[in-house]
Amino acid sequence: MMALLVLSVVVQRNLFVVVVLSGIYSFLMATVLVALDAVDVAMTEAAVGAGISTVLLLSAIHLAGAEESRPLRYRLPALLVSVGVAAALVYGSLGLPRFSDPAAPIHTHVVPRYIQDGPRETGVPNMVTFVLASYRGYDTFGETTVVFTAGIGVIALLRGRRKKKQSEANAEIRHDA
Amino acid sequence: MRDFFVLRVVAKMLIPFMLIFALYVQFHGDFGPGGGFQAGVIVAAAVIFYALIFGLPAARLLVPDALVESMMALGVLIYGGTGIAGMLLGGNFLDYFVLSANPVTGQHVGIFLVEAGVLVTVSGVMLKIFYVFAGRAKLPPG
Repeated sequence: MMALLVLSVVVQRNLFVVVVLSGIYSFLMATVLVALDAVDVAMTEAAVGAGISTVLLLSAIHLAGAEESRPLRYRLPALLVSVGVAAALVYGSLGLPRFSDPAAPIHTHVVPRYIQDGPRETGVPNMVTFVLASYRGYDTFGETTVVFTAGIGVIALLRGRRKKKQSEANAEIRHDA
Repeated sequence: MRDFFVLRVVAKMLIPFMLIFALYVQFHGDFGPGGGFQAGVIVAAAVIFYALIFGLPAARLLVPDALVESMMALGVLIYGGTGIAGMLLGGNFLDYFVLSANPVTGQHVGIFLVEAGVLVTVSGVMLKIFYVFAGRAKLPPG
């Protein structure tokens, strides 16, 4: 189902359809995450992937037009590089421990301590919350700063140009007068 | 969009519930799924919904740009301030145990403040990105 969606996103040339399809993809991904018991991540996926980014892409389409232009020519090296990277990733994933293997390194390193002592030390029953905000507070601080930096970057990129356009427009008006 | 009566009424009915749900996700994050990031996105989504139905100028009047921009910085400052408060009280950076006489209460206070910081920054940034994108178009998208 999801593979079918991705294929139609690649083939489809109307960007409006692409945005709607990727929203559907995000919702399907959220249900997969619920099935994996990652409710927090599922919530984020549904809110950000299907909600906010769909709206942002729609406003981008509003600015740029909804038809994807045909590529001038198909580049063989680009195709080879993409297929090569995909093959390398699949090869790398073969080396990962089996899914939900209790002896995997991720389950034997610090996780047992978090699970055993976390609720007692923090008094918070939701493990995602206390790992995120308390034990991994540095990482979350970094993430918040990344979000902040992204916002600053968008402001710096888009606001400056609009101001310039306005001053250019003003200059033109003065020129006409 | 301004002439769709049904949409306007439904939006007015839904937005308060979206904001309450965001608060629920924020403050119930200790016990159920959710937390600052998710709640921040839901707050931003509520305002973006308002902007889609009632137009961007109305939303900018409701949540002005200056407020959104200061929210972006304020959240990071709340988060960092919590960390520095821990340092001033004799612990490490982001050490919550010293925030209160009882270590468990200290953890609660610390996590609460940190999540509040995440909420403020995330909703500010999401809204700002939407404002900047939508503000470049002549009409609000949708």
